[in-house]
Amino acid sequence: MKINSEIIKKHGITIKEYEKITKLIAKDPNLLELGIFSAMWNEHCSYKSSKKYLKTLPTKNDKVIQGPGENAGVIDIGDNDALVFKIESHNHPSYIEPYQGAATGVGGILRDVFTMGARPIAILNSIHFGSEKHFKTKNLLNGVVAGIGGYGNCMGIPTVGGEVKFNSSYNQNILVNAMAVGLTKKNKLFYSKAKGINQPVIYVGSKTGRDGIHGASMASAEFDGNSEEKRPTVQVGDPFTEKLLLEACLELMKDDSIISIQDMGAAGLTSSSIEMVSKGELGIELDLDKVPCREKEMTPYEMMLSESQERMLLILNSGKEEDAKKIFNKWGLDFAIIGKTTNTKNLILNFKDKEVANLPLSALASEAPIYDRKWKKKIISKTKFPFKKIKSVKSLDALKKILSSPNNSEKSWVWEQYDQTVMSDTIQKPGGDSAVIRIHGKNKGVAITIDSSANYCAADPTIGGKQVVSETWRNLIAVGSDPIAITNCLNFGNPEKEEIMGQFIETIDGITQACRYLDFPVVSGNVSFYNETENKAICPTPTIGGVGLIKNLKNMMTIGLKEIGSYIIVVGKTSGHLYQSDFFREILNFSEGPPPEVNLFNEKNNGFLIKQLISQNILNSVHDISSGGILIALTEMCMAGKIGADIKKPSNNITLNEYFFGEDQSRYLIEVNEQKKDEVMNILDKNSIYYDVIGRTQKERLNLDKEFDINIEQLKKINSFWYKNYFKEN
Amino acid sequence: MKSSVIVFPGSNCDRDVAVALNKFKFINQMVWHDETNLPKSDLVVLPGGFSYGDYLRTGCIASKSRIISDIIQHAKKGGLILGICNGFQILIEAGLLPGSLLRNKNLRFLSKNVFLKITDVKNQFCLDYKKDHVVEFPIAHNEGNYFVDKSTLNSLEDQNLIAFKYCNEKGITDEDSNPNGSSNNIAGILNSKKNILGLMPHPERVIDPLHSSQDGVGIFKSLLK
Repeated sequence: MKINSEIIKKHGITIKEYEKITKLIAKDPNLLELGIFSAMWNEHCSYKSSKKYLKTLPTKNDKVIQGPGENAGVIDIGDNDALVFKIESHNHPSYIEPYQGAATGVGGILRDVFTMGARPIAILNSIHFGSEKHFKTKNLLNGVVAGIGGYGNCMGIPTVGGEVKFNSSYNQNILVNAMAVGLTKKNKLFYSKAKGINQPVIYVGSKTGRDGIHGASMASAEFDGNSEEKRPTVQVGDPFTEKLLLEACLELMKDDSIISIQDMGAAGLTSSSIEMVSKGELGIELDLDKVPCREKEMTPYEMMLSESQERMLLILNSGKEEDAKKIFNKWGLDFAIIGKTTNTKNLILNFKDKEVANLPLSALASEAPIYDRKWKKKIISKTKFPFKKIKSVKSLDALKKILSSPNNSEKSWVWEQYDQTVMSDTIQKPGGDSAVIRIHGKNKGVAITIDSSANYCAADPTIGGKQVVSETWRNLIAVGSDPIAITNCLNFGNPEKEEIMGQFIETIDGITQACRYLDFPVVSGNVSFYNETENKAICPTPTIGGVGLIKNLKNMMTIGLKEIGSYIIVVGKTSGHLYQSDFFREILNFSEGPPPEVNLFNEKNNGFLIKQLISQNILNSVHDISSGGILIALTEMCMAGKIGADIKKPSNNITLNEYFFGEDQSRYLIEVNEQKKDEVMNILDKNSIYYDVIGRTQKERLNLDKEFDINIEQLKKINSFWYKNYFKEN
Repeated sequence: MKSSVIVFPGSNCDRDVAVALNKFKFINQMVWHDETNLPKSDLVVLPGGFSYGDYLRTGCIASKSRIISDIIQHAKKGGLILGICNGFQILIEAGLLPGSLLRNKNLRFLSKNVFLKITDVKNQFCLDYKKDHVVEFPIAHNEGNYFVDKSTLNSLEDQNLIAFKYCNEKGITDEDSNPNGSSNNIAGILNSKKNILGLMPHPERVIDPLHSSQDGVGIFKSLLK
């Protein structure tokens, strides 16, 4: 086939990029070679628009073993234990085929983790949908949740946390971000860098089919009205095979057979083979006749670009092939020697005794284009809200309305579709500030959380970026852990547009500031651009997955109130910031204005103090105050503990609604036993931490001064109504 | 007491149940489904999971594994068998327990803690419990809706072969406390000789102080009595 401009365009390559290709390889590529460039040079694989800025993120602290650039990040949690984790998006496929899109998103992130030698111990997810009124939302939500559950449940890895958000900006571009955490020994980590020439290249796992061809390219372009036509680019998941692949890989990893290993994810065989040998500065020669195929007469083009799931590429120490093969045969998986490493620094593909592609690896990887795209600074809205209107809102009405809104509703409809307790080490299930997973056989645990704040980011990307990292940190502190590091998934619109690129750059700036200040580096992540349909982009949505360590599970903290008669204290200063709050959005239908500023100094101080109080065992319960403000946070504590509270606004110069619904940052609610109150207040005073004692716990009713008095059971009903009603169940 | 946990491709609660057995000092070994000889065991455990991906029908392909004929022999000789979740489904497919497990009534996977009433204590699995006691176990399944014809159901009731029923906190077994639509709120049943127990809830996930309950301990302690 002659390459013409039509074919080049179909491969998502610009004419300028094509010219660069012909110069780099000193010939016109054939169709297969063009396909390979298309797979390697698309945004999803090459990070061509984001690389320049990703480099600015802090990626190291004394716990980081492996930062970005590998299949997943790795941190040291002591006693020779290492945690491996990463987050990834599967947005575009999930919109087209929600069940398979979400399922394979989970499958992909799990492979990233066990590729590094770790057994996955937890899955989390952040999923964003359009307005609940949009005609597609119900079906998408149903499919995505079932798909996430379907994959993780079958794998036998608990899904322990996540968030579900609704906002009309996702009407035609939903977000499905999945995070996985794995556990291994520090001296049992496996990497993707190939070493040595003439070492066998092994293909293991499922057979290659015609599914998912050009999936990565799809994720690197906007949708148009005909996105449904892209269904064939969505992969189909088989969690059973992945479970076998997991066990077989971990079995093989017990000795030193493997030189390097890489999962076949986006851009399949192409990107896995190229990444491994590029990192090792070697070459590779593959014999495509040997690739196990699901269908007859598959072409080299299809084999190289298929994104069939549950496949891995290994480079073994030569001589280990037979032993390795036995393991994969035992698990009923394909095992094929498909090539060898070379010293040519070229990728050579042979098929039916002919050389069908020959490309210099540098052209595919290190010479891939990097763009310094134009960008525009976000102009922050200064529209004022007429404050008199705030006073007229009855606080109980506001509480009820926020509690029953889709974004704040109790999500057991979602969680119950995920096996949360398999592996028997889930110590905190969904519903608290972070999930807590025990390190198997030990008395320490890992706290894990996932957060995003798209509304804040849309209003001011820099503050939003700072806020979302801080909130992640706070969630980890609130369960009593030492926050260690994060993984990030950056979901944005089309980076070729200046305002989108601006959102991206400013968000990264905010993330960087917070990560630096809190010593909370980014160890892995992914960027998902082109979440945009017919010129409508999603809100900028950085999703942050955070991990912390609880050295002794005795010191773990939960959000549920514990006893009657204890004191409730707001730690941190409340100034009543209502712009971008749930109160403005849900009650007054107002979405202008700046998000609450994050003072990183206070964030750190307040957080460290809370951590100190938890480790001294003098708190009953702790909850971070986030969207919805104090009253929502307190209600959540009441509902979790089935205990009520009697509270009053402290005297200050803001109104009741500003105090109880304001979303000022860096705050926590703590419950303190009567006997411990003075001790806690002393410590807070000594450390110059601002706090308000707002009341005491009581039996079953929540009472706010003269404003209202309501039964906790009733609030629970209001809070759990939305999902049941949406899916018409009792 | 000697126990064997059978591992099928796709089993995923095999480790959890082995941890529990070891904790209670069983001498346990893992047995690969493809083995032809069951090692000498007092107890055989079929663990939870998705054997063979639960493709076809849940538990169906596993029930044709090589090891199964030895397990049937073990049962005939009066040996103890505990099938949890997918293991329960396999026992039914192997013909060792009556009835069938259909999809949950709401057609969704369901993972949550449920209350169970101990409805029979005169069997080797429940000796440590008190009759009509209420315990809390997690369930995590898609096909746990126990169904059996009327006459078998009656004989299960009459012969006290129902070991666990879904109930509420107060021990009332009604439709509201039935999570998956099972006939008569059945969560676990015994064969007529009472040496085989199949149940959907997971006792192995509630055995230590950091778990949401420790009610699963009773099953393991009973087996040692």
